[in-house]
Amino acid sequence: MGMEKPVIDALGYTFMQHAVAISILASIACGIIGTLVTVNRMSALAGSIAHASFGGLGLAYLIGIHPLIGATGFAIGSALVIGAAQKRSDTAMAALWATGMAAGLVFIKISGTYSADLMSWLFGSLLAVSGSDILFVGILDILILLVIAGLYKEFLAVSYDQEYSRLQGVPTGFIRGLFLVLAALTAVMLMKVTGLIMVIAMLTVPAAIAEMFTSSLRMMMVLASILAALFSLSGLFLAWILDLPPGAVIILLTAMVYFTSIAIEKIRSNQN
Amino acid sequence: MNPAIEIRDLSVGYRTGKPVLNNINLTVMQNDFIAIIGPNGGGKTTLLKAILGLIKPWKGKITIEGHPVASKAVRAGMGYVPQLIPGKLFPVTVMDVVLMGRLGNSGLFRHFSAADRSAAEKNLRRLGVDHLSNVNMYYLSGGQKQRVLIARALAGEPDILLLDEPVASVDHETQESFFNLLAQLNDSITIVLVTHDVGSVSAHVKNIACINRTLISHGETLSADAVSRAYGCPFELISHGVPHRIIGQKHQEGSSIENNFNGNGKTSD
Repeated sequence: MGMEKPVIDALGYTFMQHAVAISILASIACGIIGTLVTVNRMSALAGSIAHASFGGLGLAYLIGIHPLIGATGFAIGSALVIGAAQKRSDTAMAALWATGMAAGLVFIKISGTYSADLMSWLFGSLLAVSGSDILFVGILDILILLVIAGLYKEFLAVSYDQEYSRLQGVPTGFIRGLFLVLAALTAVMLMKVTGLIMVIAMLTVPAAIAEMFTSSLRMMMVLASILAALFSLSGLFLAWILDLPPGAVIILLTAMVYFTSIAIEKIRSNQN
Repeated sequence: MNPAIEIRDLSVGYRTGKPVLNNINLTVMQNDFIAIIGPNGGGKTTLLKAILGLIKPWKGKITIEGHPVASKAVRAGMGYVPQLIPGKLFPVTVMDVVLMGRLGNSGLFRHFSAADRSAAEKNLRRLGVDHLSNVNMYYLSGGQKQRVLIARALAGEPDILLLDEPVASVDHETQESFFNLLAQLNDSITIVLVTHDVGSVSAHVKNIACINRTLISHGETLSADAVSRAYGCPFELISHGVPHRIIGQKHQEGSSIENNFNGNGKTSD
């Protein structure tokens, strides 16, 4: 069946070109933020923020503001709550996860509208990416790259040893807050494009694979970005060939590589 | 000689109404090498954290070389070697870790300078772990991690070195070379060492303070009675049984630090 739909034909369509562009741009944000999420052992963070922002979506529909504003507001709010919870951040993440989802459902019920638009936030629509989506994610990438380039050593130190960083006069609260806000923006931005499920996968899995094969944070960010781009591009074209939903194929492909890497890592460490 | 650390009427804790430390008065002179001993849960680590300014005193005050702890400059004058905890996999090299000791000398939106890097390299060499500089911390042995953490503390060029349970997770041989190293450093740096293991340190230090919620005793010699009171039970001293100061001085005659860590320059007993 691949013969009937050559991959090269796919690139002739604007929607495919957009999907390729957004996949590459999203991979940069995912690789960098995903690395920080992984090394800070906060893999529930992406899911938590994304579900919390669902509450913001519901509220936005209820009071009639732009959904992106509602979602972003709730995402940043929940990120700051997680930051304030400090050592109990795991509990805070779980609580916000559930609360956001529940609030979203209640708000939508009250507003009396069932919006098909809402479903696209859950499952995304990689094949319906607009030019402004690409612009937003591009701006997000530039913001993340600037922050990480300027504060790399602080992000590394706070992630590795928060207490020691404080002793060295690093504003640890500010750095953690900044990380959580960037994570929130990334989650919301990508949720709109790729859907909630794929955000969770892309923010955790490529970085987790990269962690097994790198010994510096910088290299882990680069490798995680490359892996995320590889997975989403190959998933996208595989989905095109097989005529399957791209988001789901990308996640399955990513998961397959992840579990294979774990097996390789296990064998490698048993040999030593 | 001036006091390096002065603690006056210190009370501090984590939960209201439950002080971990009560009315501590302690003066550590410059170039002292003091061990703070006491049972687990007696407040030793809390005392270190109060000295470092990581927790605020409820009552009383702490001054470092005459200045209050809070300021960044004062903190920069102190090197801290935390208790070794079992490492988790983290993408950080030995060099990355030692450079963290220079964060206080650098600033936001700046890269580490050549001076920061050479300070890190110098201290890695000094501790005999420069060949590990590109290795992930995760793959180091307990003794190697210990040296890296000391190198990190020294990279900031501190006047005072504070160590929390430094001998808890290293073997006997490593302990010996470790104390020789500290004796060398003590020529120019005040050293405060916290431990629950009286036997392993008493022969190497100049002074000992016993702490169990409050200061039990402080002096150059350590009586079995004071230790027993601190630990709340009879305690048999397992140190060498001779006045520790003499042994401590002997160690200062040791050969260079590098030799000690390479294992070919052992000091005689």
